[in-house]
Amino acid sequence: MFKILSKEQLNSETCLVEFHAPDIAAAAGPGQFLVLRVDEKGERFPLTIHDMDPERGTVSVVCQAVGVSTRKLCSLGEGGHVADIAGPLGHRVSGAGYGKVIVVGGGVGVAEAYPVARLFAGNGSEVEVIAGFRTKELVLCEKELKEFCREVHVTTDDGSYGRKGFVTDVLGGLLTKKKYDLAFVVGPVAMMKAVSGMTLSENLETRVSLNALMVDGTGMCGCCRILYGGEKRFACYDGPDFDASKVDFEDLGRRVSSYVEKERQALEHKCRIGLVPPSAGRGK
Amino acid sequence: MREQCPKDRVKNFNEVPYGYTEEEAVREASRCLQCPDPPCVKGCPAEINIPGFIRAIKEKKFEKAVSVIGETSNLPAVCGRVCPQEDQCEVRCVLNKTGKPINIGALERFASEFSVKRASEKKPEGPAVAVIGSGPGGLTCAADLAEKGYRVTVFEALHKAGGVLAYGIPEFRLPNGIVAGEVDNIRGKGVEIKLNYVIGKIKTIEDLRREGFKAFYISSGAGLPYFLGIEGENLKGVYSANEFLTRINLMKAYKFPEYDTPVNVGRKAVVVGGGNVAMDSARSALRCGAGEVTVVYRRTEKEMPARRDEITHAREEGVKFLFLSSPAKILAGPQGAAKTLVCTRNELGPPDESGRRRPVPLENSEFEIPADTVIVAIGSGPNPLLLSTIKGLKLNGKGYIEADPEGRTSVGDIFAGGDIVTGSATVILAMGAGKRAARAMDSYLKEKE
Repeated sequence: MFKILSKEQLNSETCLVEFHAPDIAAAAGPGQFLVLRVDEKGERFPLTIHDMDPERGTVSVVCQAVGVSTRKLCSLGEGGHVADIAGPLGHRVSGAGYGKVIVVGGGVGVAEAYPVARLFAGNGSEVEVIAGFRTKELVLCEKELKEFCREVHVTTDDGSYGRKGFVTDVLGGLLTKKKYDLAFVVGPVAMMKAVSGMTLSENLETRVSLNALMVDGTGMCGCCRILYGGEKRFACYDGPDFDASKVDFEDLGRRVSSYVEKERQALEHKCRIGLVPPSAGRGK
Repeated sequence: MREQCPKDRVKNFNEVPYGYTEEEAVREASRCLQCPDPPCVKGCPAEINIPGFIRAIKEKKFEKAVSVIGETSNLPAVCGRVCPQEDQCEVRCVLNKTGKPINIGALERFASEFSVKRASEKKPEGPAVAVIGSGPGGLTCAADLAEKGYRVTVFEALHKAGGVLAYGIPEFRLPNGIVAGEVDNIRGKGVEIKLNYVIGKIKTIEDLRREGFKAFYISSGAGLPYFLGIEGENLKGVYSANEFLTRINLMKAYKFPEYDTPVNVGRKAVVVGGGNVAMDSARSALRCGAGEVTVVYRRTEKEMPARRDEITHAREEGVKFLFLSSPAKILAGPQGAAKTLVCTRNELGPPDESGRRRPVPLENSEFEIPADTVIVAIGSGPNPLLLSTIKGLKLNGKGYIEADPEGRTSVGDIFAGGDIVTGSATVILAMGAGKRAARAMDSYLKEKE
C-alpha cells in the first residue's frame, strides 16, 4: 500500500497526487514513469512521474480522470492509499548538451514534460515551452514552467486563454524565426505526430515520450510494442522517449485505441454500480 | 482421475481434475511397490522421497506424507499439478511394465492438501541474502536458504508473488489460491517478500550490496516475449502469450468489468506455438468466449513440446490443431484489428539442433484462416532490464546468464538459475536449480566467514 500524502485538484478533471514512496523517490528521474494499481480489482496502468522529492520520500503524478482507473485515482483523497506502485520504470531522459530546447506539450502532457523541461534548464539549456489545452480551465503548470523557462506559450483550442488554436500554430511561427537544438514532445498521439512532422522537416532533432498501453512495464508482456524504424521496440523498456523520426505514429495510434470499446463498457458498469464518479467533469 | 467434463469446464476457470478422494488416494498409494532403489526419485529434480510419501498416504498418515515431501520441496501443491511427471518420475516407475504407472502427481497434490500452516519457530538470524524474482525457482531457493538460517528477502517486480505461477499458468491448471497458500508457507519460514520492486530500476545489485546483502540469487525468468517478426503483428487483437495470460490470470480479465483489466477475445482465435503456454492460451481463449480456437504449429503433433495431458485436455475442450503450418502475415479488417492469418504449409526436413525434424516451407502453399485474435506463444528470451545493470556478469551469446549447474556466475556473490540461465523451461527445473544454488550459496557464505 502506498499512502497519498497530498492531493490537489488542478481543474475539474485533473489532479496532482503525491505518494509516499521513499525508495522510488530516491531512484526516480525525469522522463521515467510509474505503473500503478489503485485497488485489488484495478488494472495496472502507467503514469509519467511529474515530480520527485527524495528528501521527503515522495513522487507525484498528474492524473486526468478519463477512464475507470484514472477516475478511481482522482477520487481518492489525502491520506488515502493505492494498492501498488512499481517504479521508477523506463529510462531517464538524458538532458545535457543542448543549447536551445523547445518543449511541446498537449494537455496532461504538459505536466509530464515539466520535469524534463526543468532538467534541460538545470543543465544550462535555454528552454521554451508551447503548452496546448482545450480550454482555459484546463491550463496546467504555466506558473511552474515560467520559473525556469525563457518563454511559455499557452494555446487553447477555443481561445479562452492564451493564443487560440493548436500548439502547431505557435510552433510554425517559432520555427520560421528561431533555431533550436532539440524538440521534446509529449501529448496525444495525433499531436505528437503533427508536431514532429513540422520539427523534423526543419531537421530539428525531436524526441517524443510515448504513452503506449502497458501491463507490467518491465518488458515482460510486449503490450507496449511500437514500430521504430521498421523494428519492434518496447516503450516501457526501450523508452519511453524515442527519436521521433523513427516512430510509426499510425501504428501507435491504432494500438492505444485497442480497448476503447471495453473502456466504455467498464465505465458504464462502474458508474451504474457507483464505483467511480459518473462524470470526468468535462461539462457534458 | 475424475475431471470436470469438457462441456462444462470451458465455461469456467475452475480446476479441471477434481483430485483424489481419501479412498482413491489410499488405493492408488497401495499399488506402489516401494522399490528399495526407487527409480522414480532419480527422475525428480526436487529430489522428493517419493516412495516415502506414498507409503505415508497408504498408511493414512497424510500430514506425514506432506512433511516427507516438505523435506526437499517447498511447493508440493504446485508440483503435484504442473510437473511433467510423465517425463520425470512416473516414466521411471517400474509399474510402467504393466501399463499403469503410479499417478505420483495426483498423490502429491492429494498430500499437499494436508500441509500444516505454522509460523516459523525461529526467526532466521544469519547473513542477509537477496533473491530476485519470486517464481518457483526463487521461492525454492529462498525457502531453502531461510531453513539454513539466512535472512532472505525476495524482490518481485509485479504486485503479486509467484512469477509464472501467478501471471502465467491459468487457474484451471493451478488455482491462484493454491499459489498464495504456498507463498504464505514460505513467508512462514521467515522469508520477506518485497512486491512492486523492480531490481535494476528502483535499486541495483550494487545498492543491495551496500545495504548489507551478502549473496544474490537471480531467478528473474525469461521475461521478454518473442514475436514472429511478420507483417501485421502490431495490429489490435494480436497478443504475446505473456500479455494474454497476464491479463487473464494475474489481472483477472475474465471477470471484466468487475475487474478493470480488459482483454479482447474475438470469435475466431488463433494461437501460434506448440508448448504448454500455447495450450494454456488456447484453453483460456475458449473460456473467455472465443467461438473457435485453432492452434497453429509449424511441425506435427509428435514434435509438440506441450505435455500430452495438456494437448488432450485442449482437444477435448474443442481446440482445433493446424499442424505443419507457419504464420506468414496478419491481415487487418476494419479499424486496424486483426482479421485474417495467412500461413504457409511446411514439410518436415532433417532434424535441427533440438533433435526435432525441421519444418521446411513449401512453395506457393499460402492459405488463409480467419483470426480476430492472434496469440503468439513461441517462447521468450532474457530480459536485459536487470542484467544490463550488473557489472562483470557474463552472459552467453543469446543474453542468458552463464552459470554452472550449482548456479555460480562470473561474479562471486551472484548466483543464478531457472529460465534466465537455461531459456524457457519448466517449473520443476527452475525449482531444482533453486535448490542446488541454495546449497552452493550456503557453502560460499560459510567459506567467506
